[in-house]
Parts: sequence; structure tokens; C-alpha cells
Amino acid sequence: MNEIYKTDALIAENIDAYLETHQHKTMLRFITCGSVDDGKSTLIGRLLYDSKMIFEDQLATLEADSRRVGTQGEAIDFALLVDGLAAEREQGITIDVAYRFFATEKRKFIVADTPGHEQYTRNMVTGASTADLAVILIDARKGVLTQTRRHSYLAHLLGIRHIVLAVNKMDLVGYDHAVFDAIVAEYRAFSESIGIAEFTPVPISGLAGDNITTRSDKTPWYDGPVLLEHLETVELDQSANQHKPFRMPVQWVNRPNLDFRGFSGTIAAGQVRPGDEIRVLPSGKTSRISRIVAYDGDLDLAVAGQAVTLCFEDEIDCSRGQVITAAKSPVEVADQFEASVIWMDEEEMVPGRAYWLKVGPQTVSATVAHPKYQVNVNTMEHLAAKTLDLNAIGVANITTDRDIPFTAYEESRDLGGFILIDKMTNRTVGAGLIHFALRRAQNIHWQATDIDRTHHANLKNQKPMVLWMTGLSGSGKSTIANIVEMKLARMNRHTFLLDGDNVRHGLNKDLGFTDADRVENIRRVGEVARLMTDAGLIVITAFISPFRSEREMVRGMMQPGEFMEVFIDTPLEEAERRDVKGLYAKARAGQLKNFTGIDSPYEPPEAPQIRIDTTRMTAEQAADLIIEKLIP
Amino acid sequence: MSIHTLTHLQRLEAEAIHIMREVVTQAENPVMLYSVGKDSAVMLHLAKKAFYPSPPPFPLLHVDTTWKFRDMYALRDRAARKAGMQLLVHQNPDAVRQGINPFDHGGLHTDMWKTEGLKQALDLHGFDAAFGGARRDEEKSRAKERIFSFRTSSHRWDPKNQRPELWRTYNARKNKGESMRVFPLSNWTELDIWQYIHLENIEIVPLYYAAERPTVIRDGLMLMVDDDRFPLAGETPVMRSIRFRTLGCYPLTGAVESRATTLPEIIQEMLLTTTSERQGRAIDHDQAASMEKKKQEGYF
Repeated sequence: MNEIYKTDALIAENIDAYLETHQHKTMLRFITCGSVDDGKSTLIGRLLYDSKMIFEDQLATLEADSRRVGTQGEAIDFALLVDGLAAEREQGITIDVAYRFFATEKRKFIVADTPGHEQYTRNMVTGASTADLAVILIDARKGVLTQTRRHSYLAHLLGIRHIVLAVNKMDLVGYDHAVFDAIVAEYRAFSESIGIAEFTPVPISGLAGDNITTRSDKTPWYDGPVLLEHLETVELDQSANQHKPFRMPVQWVNRPNLDFRGFSGTIAAGQVRPGDEIRVLPSGKTSRISRIVAYDGDLDLAVAGQAVTLCFEDEIDCSRGQVITAAKSPVEVADQFEASVIWMDEEEMVPGRAYWLKVGPQTVSATVAHPKYQVNVNTMEHLAAKTLDLNAIGVANITTDRDIPFTAYEESRDLGGFILIDKMTNRTVGAGLIHFALRRAQNIHWQATDIDRTHHANLKNQKPMVLWMTGLSGSGKSTIANIVEMKLARMNRHTFLLDGDNVRHGLNKDLGFTDADRVENIRRVGEVARLMTDAGLIVITAFISPFRSEREMVRGMMQPGEFMEVFIDTPLEEAERRDVKGLYAKARAGQLKNFTGIDSPYEPPEAPQIRIDTTRMTAEQAADLIIEKLIP
Repeated sequence: MSIHTLTHLQRLEAEAIHIMREVVTQAENPVMLYSVGKDSAVMLHLAKKAFYPSPPPFPLLHVDTTWKFRDMYALRDRAARKAGMQLLVHQNPDAVRQGINPFDHGGLHTDMWKTEGLKQALDLHGFDAAFGGARRDEEKSRAKERIFSFRTSSHRWDPKNQRPELWRTYNARKNKGESMRVFPLSNWTELDIWQYIHLENIEIVPLYYAAERPTVIRDGLMLMVDDDRFPLAGETPVMRSIRFRTLGCYPLTGAVESRATTLPEIIQEMLLTTTSERQGRAIDHDQAASMEKKKQEGYF
């Protein structure tokens, strides 16, 4: 038995001593990068096996399977232990991150086991997001490959500080020192070029067990650490983060009664003690820590990684999503950023569309601009890109609908890493890493004017409103909108009609009919409508506006209660039968591309304030109905 | 500055607390599933820590089969009272009416009491997030399940359509009718659970400790005759010193012979043992992918 796992005797002889040791273990999370061909499963299988994480019933299954389908003759095929992923691939079902656990005397390990191929980039990114260390596996016979570069780039991008280059299958190259050195030299040249400052190369054989848990006598020329020894001693992010200034995003305000108000969260960086001066962002208010409250009694000190509840000396405002920081080194606050974006959804990113952006406990509405470039993850080249599709990684500017406290991702994963959520499906569609805030966000301030929107509205003696008509081309939007405006004018209301076709002759003449251009079209119209409501007007719009997300985006721009969605519900057959402008005929003949209802989708409103069924009422009746709702 | 490296149990504890706080702020109507086992005991303890000095802001839900060990019912009521939490107990009325039991109805027993019962209870109270004590080390399909596991309005789990889960940033957004199952103990192993119970002095069901109990052996499982509903086919229960590594319905839960009467002895036995924890459960032996299939149908 080797030294690292020499615990059996202690368990049997003195369990209390054993428990005492094991209560002081630390924890390392790491990711293994490579494919089955590199011996990844064999390596993980061996780590689990050597650390007694495999029971007799599992071993019996393993031995049976090894004889039946294994590749190692009568010997145990360790790969079968963890080859859930390989089985998945054969069966064409989910390929995913699997988490495995093992422990030694000193540490508990959580291994994120992810597939290595390019089509699983999002899975690797997910696994890397929580890892302190990455083991990059290389087949000694093949050297540095495209996938080695891709895995290293992703690990570095996600902020992993410790890279282990495990040169595997050394048994198959006769434990040749020169082969190892050549691979290390080649890898060093590459890794330096992408900014990896240092890495730890280890010559191993997963199959034969060389330099994994014990030093191999077949590599006398190697004097570095064996793999497990390195995993057991490498510095943890949780420790390293304590050197940074104190930061804690607030998750939950703890208020059991009027006498207690605490702020609960997980400390992202630094340390905190009672008496410390703190600042809350974005408000900038300061106070001191009065107590660090915990179930087993108040604490004198809390550090990065701990989930705590803090109380302040003063009653200052603080709520979920705000960040408590050291008073003398607060985080930045901004609403525009440059970020790396990793796209994770089958449906490609739509630049300009509003997504939910969640950074720590804070959720805001945000748009992603057209990417500045996309990164070829195999060559690290920058490519021009209009959007990002599944597994694509690019750099783009992000705009949020309000100021958020943040740090650069490389400073803190908790305060600089965000996810993007589709507002309709609620799926997590992307992940982002903040680089820095954009200058213009910091320098352009909102100009407060003396004559405000209430004043404008009062002068006109009306409540500003946007009547947003949506429906297929030829559904009757413009006709109805026109009658509504005439009737309102007769009632002395101040109105303005924004019509889809007209706007495209001027304000939006640079836009076409792709999904991205449709989104931008609606965004601009929304901004114009908003200015008009600030001026006190009743705005009537007539746009196909086919996507729910954009209609919701516009609703979000307006003051609460100043947006009314009117669904002009004309079935496609009926609109096509009427075909007032002859557009359906053209689209059917293939002369018009991206035509809504034909080769571009229309997403009907799920709960419009008003639904007009044009097959059952005239345009006059429809207009009356709308006005009745508007001015009850 | 002196650096305080947290132990693995402190890290796991912080992670679970973080997860629970995310749920109560993102869900409208959360609930904690409480099965009275050791994992539930740990989960409940963590909930008390997460929200202290407030009591945990959600009720406990026990989806009952009427066939649990008597000791489990006793601890269940006591633990909820001590935590200052509301305890909801749901028994599937169809199963009550049809007298579904593990002796006569085989797989239907789990299906109706647990899978259907759970769905009924969640629908009845309109819960949109439910904490469960499942761990990734338990079996293969758990190893790749998310911590925040999304369910359709019919409670189905779609393993091919899981949301990516990065950092400790959890997406709990959902549409009306859809729900989340949340597993704060995902990254704990069986040993972690036992060590934590030991360290934190958490009360667990006495059945985990060895004692003389009446037993019969059926289909290779050593079963405890916990009450007179156990139909004896000419067998005479034998008193043996036994304990349980996992607890469920008493007619379906296999015991192991043991002399371990203290927590360190239990842990010692666990570390020296050679079979995995779930071997004592009849439910997993049905078919190779049984758990994955049951989960897709809505089983926890």
C-alpha cells in the first residue's frame, strides 16, 4: 500500500483519531480536460479506486464488465468506472458534466469530468467555472494537439490559476525523458502566448499507475511532484481570495423582528471583523460592522467562502444584489461593460435583444451589442462575427438597464462572472466574464430638466400612454391605428402615430429584415415612443413586432401602466387572402425573404391588454373598443 | 494577515447555505422535502443555520407512505417542532383507498405513494421549489443532475435539456406551473454526511445505531418486523443486533448486522465496509437505469 492512502489501519485501531484528522481536510475542485483516447477515464477511475471510493458491489460489476467489454484483457479496466459519458455518446443521449468525489488524508476532491470535443465547449466551461485547477491530459505519443490548445485556452479564460500538464501513456513511449521534455517545451511556448504564466508538467501512466499516487521508478529523471501530491498541496482559491479587499454580495435581508436586521451572503473576497468600516454599493453609504451572526454564536472573524450574516452599527439601506465592501476599497459601479461572452443555447444570440443578466444575487435587464469579434477556440484567432451561436466565444459590449456593482472577472468570479437568461424561455443561454466598464458609461450623466414629464402631461390634461399594436402584415394594424388617432383627435387628445412602413423610410432606413435588424427596429421605435410619452403624448404604434422579447423590452422602457399591448388578431389565411399590398404573393413566390408568417416566425402575445378579432368586428368597432379601454 | 483555510465540511456547509438563500429569494413558495433520514436531518440543520436568527422561511413536507419505521414518525414530529417549522404530511388518498402496500403491490407501492404522492402534494400547495437531500455520489444519474433541477408543469425531468450551471450563480426563473427541485447536498458524500452529523451533534433516527431487533430474511434482504402488518409466511422473527445504513419503508429496507452503537463506530463500519449504501434498497435493483427512469417520471 502506498503512503497517501495509508488510513485503513487507523480506521480499525483508533476511529476517533481518524475522524479528528479528517475533520481538518481541505477541499480542492478540479477539472480534467482531454478525451477518452487520452486516458482520462482511466486516470479518474484509478484515483477513485486508489482512494477506496469503490465498493465491493461496484467492483464486482466492474470486474464483470471488464471481462465482457473491457480493453485490458483479464485486468480491471478503470475507464469503465466513469465511462458514463462514453456510454452516453454511443447512445446519443445527454453528454454532460459529471461530478466525481474522492478523498485522501489531506483533501477532499471534487472532479468535474467533462467531454473534450469542441461541440461540448459549454460543458467544459461549466465545469471550469468552479475549478481551482485543471488537469490537461496529453497522449505522450501525440504531443500538443488542437484540443490541448482549446482546453488550455478555456481553462485560462475561466480564471483557473493552476494548470497541470499530465503527459499520459509514458509507458507507451518507453518512459523516454526526451519525449517528455519536447512536449513540455512545445506546450510552454504555446501557453505563454495565451498568458498562462506557469504550469506543472507531470509524466504519468494512468494504466500502469506511474507518478499518480506514488513516484515511479521508471522515471528516475523526473524530480517534480507526483500528481496527487501536487493536488494535495496546491494553494486553494478560497485561501488566495482572502488577501483581497473585503467584498460580500447581499443575498437576503434577515429580519425576524423589528430589533434585528442582518444581511446574509457568501463572502466573495477578503476577511471581515466586527468594527470594520464598510461601504454599501451602489448607494455608497458607509457604516461599521457591529456583529457577525452565526447559529453557534457570533464570530470574531469571517473569511472568503463563508456564508454569514452581518449587522451594521447604523440603519443604512441595503438589499439583495447590493455589495458590502471594505470602505476604503469599494468596487466599481457602471451600466456598460466589455465582456467575453460564451453562448450556450441552440438558438443563437440576438444582438440588441433584452436578456436577464444575473451577476451574483443581482438580476438586471441587459442587451448585448454585435460582437467585436469571435475567438476561434482552436487557433485563438479573432474572427468577424454578426452574432454568436452555440459554443461560440466572443467579445462584446453589454448595457444594463441600471448601474450594477462589479469587479473584473479576473479579480473575482463572484462579482465579474454573469449568466444571461432568455426572458421568454427562462433558459440560461450564455455566460459572460466582465473585462472592464466602458468610459462613456462613467462620463455621460443623466441631465435633469426643470420641466419634467408630469408637467408636460398636465399641460395636455392627459395621461401619457403607448398603444402598441402588434399583428401579422395585412392584419389591419395601420387602418385601426389611423381610426383610433382620428377619434382621439376629435376628443382633443394629443397623439402621435408611429407607423412601421413610415419609420423605415427615415429613422430606420439602414435596417433590413433579419432577426437582429427587427430587434433594433423595435428598440429604436421604443426609445422614440418613450421620449414622446415624456413629452406627454398618447403614442399609437403599428408594427408587426413579431417577437415577444422585444415587445416586453419596450414595455420595460415605459413607466409602469403606460404601455398597452393591442393584439390585432387576424389569422394568417385571412391576412394572406386580403393581401392588401400584394406582399404575401411575393413572399410565396420566393421574391421576399424573412417574411413574417411565411419564413419568419410570429410570436402572438400571451396576455395582451386588448385582443381584436378582425374576423368578427369592423375596424370602426375595434377602434371604439380600444378607446373605451384607454379612456374608461 | 493570517489566512484561514476552510475545511471541506465548512466549504460544503457554506455552499448549501448559499443555495438555500438563493431559493428563498428567487422562489415564490418553497418547501423542504423531509424524509426523516440522515440526509434530511443534515439538510434541516443547515436550514436552521442559513436563516438564523429567523426560522427557516418555508414548511417541511413529508410525503408519507404509511409504511415508514415507527421511530421515523416520532423523530419527524419532534424535529419539526424544535425547528419552529410547519410540518405538512401528505398521503396519496388513492393509495390510502386502495390499501397499496409493499407486500402485495411491488413497484406500484413506490409509484403511487412516493412519485404520485409527491406530485399531488406539490400541486396541492402550489410549491414552486422543493429542497431534496439527494447527493451526486449516490448513483450515476444523480452525478450529472444540476443543483437547481428544472421540472416541467407535469413534474418531468429532462436530462437532455438541463440548464448550464456556472459558479454559484443559479437560475431559478421559470414560467407559471413549472418548478425546481433543489439539492443543497449535491456535493456531499456519505462520509461527509456522517462526519457532519458527528461534528454538529445532529439528532438522527435511532435505527441508524445497532440494537437487538426482530428480523426475517427475504429475497436476500434482512428485514425488520416493525409492526404487526408484516405478514409472516410461517417465519419466526429472529432477534439480531442490526442497524440501517439508509431508511425508507420498513418492508423494503435491508438491515446490516452490526454492533455499532456510537457515531464513530458507525463511521468506522462504513469506512471498512465493502458494499455501497444503496444496496440496502430494493428500489434500485429493478433495472439498471431504474433511478434515471423514475426521476424522469417525477420521483425525487
